[in-house]
This record gives sequence, structure tokens and C-alpha cells, in this order.
Amino acid sequence: MELKELYQEIILDHGKNPRNKGRCTGYNHDAQAHNPLCGDKVHVYLKLDSEKKIIDISFEGEGCAISLASASILTDTLKGKDLFFTKKVSEDFLSMVKNKTKITLNSLTEDQITTITSLSGVQAFPMRVKCATMVWHTFLSALDKKNN
Amino acid sequence: MDIKNLKSEFPIFKQKINGKPLVYLDSANSSQKPKTVIDRLSNFYETEFSNVGRSVHTLAVKATNRFEATRDMLKKYVNAQHREEIIFTKGATESINLVASSYGEKYIKKGDEILITELEHHSNYVPWHFLRKNKGAVIKFAPINKNGEVEIDEIKKLITDKTKIIAITHISNVTGAIMPIKKIVDMAKEKNIPVLVDGTQGAPHMHIDMQDLGCDFYVISCHKMYGPNGLGVLYAKKKWLDDLPPYQGGGGMIDEVKKDNITFADAPTKFEAGTMQTAEVVAFAEAINFIEKLGIKNIATHENEVLEYGFEKLKKNNSINIIGSPKNRGSVLCFTIKGIHPHDIATILDDEGVAIRAGHHCCQILHDKLGIAATARASIGVYNTKEDIDILCKAIDNCKKVFQI
Repeated sequence: MELKELYQEIILDHGKNPRNKGRCTGYNHDAQAHNPLCGDKVHVYLKLDSEKKIIDISFEGEGCAISLASASILTDTLKGKDLFFTKKVSEDFLSMVKNKTKITLNSLTEDQITTITSLSGVQAFPMRVKCATMVWHTFLSALDKKNN
Repeated sequence: MDIKNLKSEFPIFKQKINGKPLVYLDSANSSQKPKTVIDRLSNFYETEFSNVGRSVHTLAVKATNRFEATRDMLKKYVNAQHREEIIFTKGATESINLVASSYGEKYIKKGDEILITELEHHSNYVPWHFLRKNKGAVIKFAPINKNGEVEIDEIKKLITDKTKIIAITHISNVTGAIMPIKKIVDMAKEKNIPVLVDGTQGAPHMHIDMQDLGCDFYVISCHKMYGPNGLGVLYAKKKWLDDLPPYQGGGGMIDEVKKDNITFADAPTKFEAGTMQTAEVVAFAEAINFIEKLGIKNIATHENEVLEYGFEKLKKNNSINIIGSPKNRGSVLCFTIKGIHPHDIATILDDEGVAIRAGHHCCQILHDKLGIAATARASIGVYNTKEDIDILCKAIDNCKKVFQI
């Protein structure tokens, strides 16, 4: 039951065919992280305008299905969105995984909510929470970190 | 005790994991404990506990005697020449840090070389890195061959006049390669280079004989050989005991303390600063008893049968890639499955009650060399059976089902 919730169709799809993988051209912010316990790596690239709206977003990395799916879903959901939206979704996501709260942002489509919520299955697997959250933390630090 | 049916000796196997019987294939990480060890721990605390080597009251004398009895037992078990060659530490990691620190302080200077291999666990690399950083020492890595073993010639090639110590694993915790320690020690002796053996994976599975191996230092992790956590052993050849400076300072390890000078106790006490793991050392005697009752050679035969069975079975599975094919393999089977990350394998296996480890197993240098970020590892302990391997293989099939491949 729980295993099925963890490895849902949406996650397997994003894990096997991650969207926005690579280094987007003209990126001006980026950040990277790794998990020393398992060796998972992620590098987030952002092309932001002066208001920090995301013009383009991509990631490079290796890791398990959960971490790749999480990175893929993040980039898919946040592409083209403004700073208020991206920060709110990130906060909602991290709170959902840690505190089991719901995604509250009104401007998300039902499809997007279903997709993001598919990652909530990690709640039942405490050792795997970091697989899902690492890319979101990395994204938030990329927002603040200008690439030279 | 029946070596093919030992689970009843280990209370942990009474429980179900996710509704399934526990198949524990993570002994290279840490082994489970027999009831005799667990009982000895609680029984010692209930009736015999006192700190050792300090007070003169009855309990202290008894506890000290029990503590020292384990040292005598270990001296015999590893066939050391002298009882003081057995030093208790908090683990294999601390044992290596002790040698790196004390030997390094006295003998390693700028430009000196420390020779290790690409197989080493971080605990047999990072302590030497401190000498590279603080003293300007050079660390050289003997490379692995395509089978995941290090050939003795590769070590020989890297020896120079500046080589001050060779530190090598007995069994790789990733490829399972068993290193020809005796030959390496003989070669090093010709050049007068001391050898440290990381026996973390060796001691639980093989007969070890210090006088026969001839190494200068041999490191043991007690929690990997059915003993309590938080305890390790350093075997150090007598010639080093007086020669090397102490590792940590504190109570117990001193001879006389004055405002202007301090003299130290004789070994092994000199290297055992502060309150030691009294109950753990006493209970470790029961782990040795457990091993000796079965016979380490019988344990090796049984484990090798299970390992061989597992190797052949995994090899037949086309989607599995086994890491390393050393001529002599000990206790571990590292593998990857095409299209499924090791972490996902470990989670899905856990759902079937099968405990394995996934990751780089504290061997990043080796994984970088192999070009893989992570592997899944099934490791064998004395309680494992061929049935455990069958359950592992079924659970692996389930991984493919979950991932629809």
C-alpha cells in the first residue's frame, strides 16, 4: 500500500523521463547540493529576469527515482512563474512533505496539484524525505545566489 | 548450535519487518547480536558493574578482572604474542585514527608517503588525509584491476624510499576482494615499512593470526563480529607500544602527573584514556565465545556457501550487474539493476523484509573509479541461509515489477 503510494505512476514517469534536464542556455543563477550519505547530486540552473521571474529552469543530477522525479516536477511546475508563486509553491511543498499539510496556492491547476502531491508518499519513508526535498532547497538557494 | 539454522540464537529475528520475516543482509554494515551477548550486557549492568582499573572495592576488582579477561581471550583469538598488544578503542575508525595520529606524529614528515589502495573505506583514508593536510604527507593509491582487486605488483610499484606506512583493507566492503595480506607484509618487511591492516570486514569472516600475518597493526570492529556497538580493537605489535606517543590524554593513561611534567602508563593503558566501555568489553567475550563454539573455519565455509549461491543466482539475472569479480571474494555482493537506482532497490526490498544497504558504502574513491554513484549491497553474516538469498531474489523481481521493467 505505502510502497504503491511512494512509487506512483507520475513519479515513475518523471523519474524515468525527467523534464528540463541539462543546463539551460543563458542561466544567471545556479546552486548545487549533494547528499553525502548516498551520493545523490543535483545542480539547479535558473534564468531569471530582474524581478526574479523564471524565464528558464533546468537541472543536472543523478539519484534515485524520487529525487529525479522531484527535480523534474519542480522545474516543470515553476517554469515561467514569478517570485511570489515559486517561493509559495516551494514552501508549500516542503511543508507538505515534512508536516503533511496541503498545497494551498490557488493559482496552481488541479493537474499541477496532483503532480506535486504525488511526492507526499515519502512521508511514510523518513529516510527518503531528503531525496524529495534536496532539489527544492537547492532551488531556493539558487534563487538567492547569482551566478558569476 | 546448528550453523545452518542460527536465527533462533538472535532475538532480532523474532520480529516481523513490514509483516515479513526479517532477512538481514547488512552485516558488513553491522551484525546482529546473539542473545548471549545481549544477556551478558544486561547481566553485567545488573550484578557486576563498576568502572575498571581505578577503585579497590570488590565490584571494581571483579569488573577489572572481567575486562582484562576479554583482552586475554582476544590475545589468544588473534594469536598475538603479548596481551598488551590488544588495545580497546571505540571502533575500527578510532583504531586507525590512533595509529595515524601517534605514528604520524613521530614518523611522518613533509613529503613522506602513505600508501593505501582505491578499495579503502573512508576510515582508512580520511585519518591519513589529516597527515597530508597538517604535515604535508603524500597519499598514494594503489589502483584496482578490472576485477575490483588490487594486485600486489601495483602496491610494489608505488613503494619508494619515502613510503612510511602501508595501510590496506583485508576484505573490500564493496568488491569483496580478499587481499593477500601475508604477501604484502612480507614485501613491506623487506623495505622495513610497517603495515596496517583494516580488518573490519576480515575479522568477522576469517581465521586471523597476527603472528602468521606479521602485520604491525590490525584493526577490528567488534559490532561487525556479533559484539556490542561502540567497541573496537587495535592490535599493535609490541615494538610500537613503547615507541609511539599516546593518542588521547586523560584519566587512566598516566603514570605520574606534575605541574611541570607528565609520564604515561605502560601499554595498553597508555592508549586507553578515560573511562572505557566496561560492559561492552565484558560482553564482547560472549561474541568471541559464540564464534569459537561454531568455529571460525566452519563459519567461513557456511558463509561462503551462501555467498557463492547468491553470486550464481544474481549472475543468472540479466538485468543485474555484480560489482567486482575478485578471485577470492568474501562476504559481500554489491550490485546494480539496470534502470533502478540502488536507493529505490533498498526501499522496495525493505517492504519485503529484506535489509540491504545502498549508497557508496563509505568508498567514494572506489565508486568514482568504477564510474557509479551508488550500488546496492547484500552482505552475509553467520545467520544467513540460502533461503534468505531466494527471498532476496524474489524481492529483486518485485523491484522490476514496481518499476515496470
